[in-house]
Amino acid sequence: MWRRTLRAALRAGLSPGTTGAVAEARAARVGSSRFAGSDSGKAEGPSPGGRVSAELIEHLERLALVDFRNREGVARLQAAIEFAGQLRAVDTDGVVPMESVLEDRCLYLRADDVVEDSCVEALLQNSQWTVEEYFVAPPGNITLPKQSEQDPVTES
Amino acid sequence: MAAPILRCARAGRCWSLGSRPRRTRALFAEPVPGRVREQSSAALQEPRPGAHEWAAVVGLEIHAQISSNSKLFSGSQVSFLAPPNSSVSFFDASLPGTLPVLNRRCVKAAVMTGLALNCTVNKKSLFDRKHYFYADLPAGYQITQQRLPIAVNGCLTYSLSVGAHWSPSATKTVRIKQIQLEQDSGKSLHDDTRSQTLIDLNRAGVGLMEVVMEPDMSCGAEAATAVRELQLILRALGTSQANMAEGQLRVDANVSVHHPGEPLGVRTEVKNLNSIRFLAKAIDYEIQRQIEELRNGGKILNETRAFDEKLGCTVSMRDKEGKQDYRFMPEPNLPPLILYDAESLPTAADPQQVVNIDWIRERLPELPSVTRGRLVEQYGILPEHSFALLNEDGLLEFFQTVMKETRAEPKKVIGWILSTFLGYLKQRNLAVSESPISPSSLAELLSLVDSKVISLPAAKQVFEELWQNQGKTTGQIIQEKKLELLQNQEELEEICQAVLAEHPQEVMAVKKGNQKVVNKLIGMVRRATEGRADPIRIKQILEKQLQ
Repeated sequence: MWRRTLRAALRAGLSPGTTGAVAEARAARVGSSRFAGSDSGKAEGPSPGGRVSAELIEHLERLALVDFRNREGVARLQAAIEFAGQLRAVDTDGVVPMESVLEDRCLYLRADDVVEDSCVEALLQNSQWTVEEYFVAPPGNITLPKQSEQDPVTES
Repeated sequence: MAAPILRCARAGRCWSLGSRPRRTRALFAEPVPGRVREQSSAALQEPRPGAHEWAAVVGLEIHAQISSNSKLFSGSQVSFLAPPNSSVSFFDASLPGTLPVLNRRCVKAAVMTGLALNCTVNKKSLFDRKHYFYADLPAGYQITQQRLPIAVNGCLTYSLSVGAHWSPSATKTVRIKQIQLEQDSGKSLHDDTRSQTLIDLNRAGVGLMEVVMEPDMSCGAEAATAVRELQLILRALGTSQANMAEGQLRVDANVSVHHPGEPLGVRTEVKNLNSIRFLAKAIDYEIQRQIEELRNGGKILNETRAFDEKLGCTVSMRDKEGKQDYRFMPEPNLPPLILYDAESLPTAADPQQVVNIDWIRERLPELPSVTRGRLVEQYGILPEHSFALLNEDGLLEFFQTVMKETRAEPKKVIGWILSTFLGYLKQRNLAVSESPISPSSLAELLSLVDSKVISLPAAKQVFEELWQNQGKTTGQIIQEKKLELLQNQEELEEICQAVLAEHPQEVMAVKKGNQKVVNKLIGMVRRATEGRADPIRIKQILEKQLQ
């Protein structure tokens, strides 16, 4: 679970704007303590200033698809962990995690009407590579499956 | 949970869809080293009970696309086969600054489905983000309901067919763990040769209901029947078109095997199942594969496998680098979804902003199980006939239209529809909607049989003609082929008289008391009329003349 905190902190540390960083890290922490059940999240994790293992870096790189395996990247990661570590100073025992700052508001329900027109041209302008009306992505982080989950219509 | 035990004697039958049933039987007949404690010949022939028994455990995760005009969180259109990226809003493409706005129709659809599956509908449910990187998921996460889904703890009852017939005794129940609302992803088209992936986001953000079924099933047929029943329920509700070939119903199966009384085995997940037939086939193959693997001293890996339709087997999908870490977190942009019932309904609430569970419950359409019961009661047909009527798309409507327009008895009509009509369709691989015979012409034909205008064999002939020659009416065919029964009493009496005169021996036999010979005479009269006489009427005339 400390990985989640770390990841959020990492994002906070790496994001250019820092205004949202604290809130984001907090949201992630609130979320993670929910998912981890009763575990308070203070017992585990690296000690403040602890080294980040190569294995963990690789795991993070896979999840984030970001290459930060150079000295600067790791230093930033380290700083982010320390930054997030400050949150551990807050005693949250017995406090029900907040789901959202809007949790006491009504969730607005929209009528099932089509109100958006096609904006394919505008959208495709955001993409460097397109083929016909498709976005083009690299084969990506997932190995190209032979039995792909392709559209059954195009298969037949 | 009592998982039915598959004994070796039944293995061949139950797994007849598997690739190597013969080898299976041979394997089952062999005693397993290590399981046989006493090496006497008796022990070898009859190993300890349970040693050769395997129980298979099957659970399903089903994604049903919600039938709605617009997407779950955006106002762009839900359309199948639209040009690529033509119904994608800025939110669906996950552009910065866009926010989700929940579609009321999707909420209602999930509530309806939950109620139809006997679920408890949660008056408060929550949305979560499930993260993974995939090019057809532009946000990098899917909004789903991980912690508190919209409906929980339901059940689905289905009836398994035994052989070719439905048997009410084989009624089974599978528990529904939960139903959750979530977004669909876009579609990826992999271009292996150019090593690129084409992304179409039309489907991204379409509303899905994920139905999680507990592992209460034990073979492919059970899973297939449960999915078929769910499909019928979703269609009856109108909450999903549930067409598997079009991806509106996607099924993943979790399969494991174990010895009864022992802990459950390691499970595999079988994906890529886009028809009910393949679902059954894939599960049975996977059960068989796991048993063989364990028999041969191998191990089952907790992995994702895909079903290869051409080879008829499951193959391991290269897994995504170890265990997936979805990094679930609460969706910060959506407050909890609150539903109301008659009691909790706020007085001054805007009706457009309130979903009332009780209101929906009272307006649920008739479910397939109720329809079947009604058919049995209304028409006096057998339960298995009601299953058959619902199992074929459009057949029930066809039957009901015929019933409205014909004087024939329901039992006669159902016979014609399930044997003759369905037989013709199956033989030519047609759907009910593609039938060249309209319900009205069949109704007319059956009325003619009922009022004895034509005989049964003649009716079959007319049916064949109707099938071949579209546009001709039943009346035209009967006239052209001279198929109507002889109605003229005098003419019939004359023919009978002539037959009697030609066969004095038979007449003598009858007069001596041999009533069986009457049937022979009836046959002769029918031949003389080229099958155009009603045997019952001939019998009456003959009996009168023989007195």
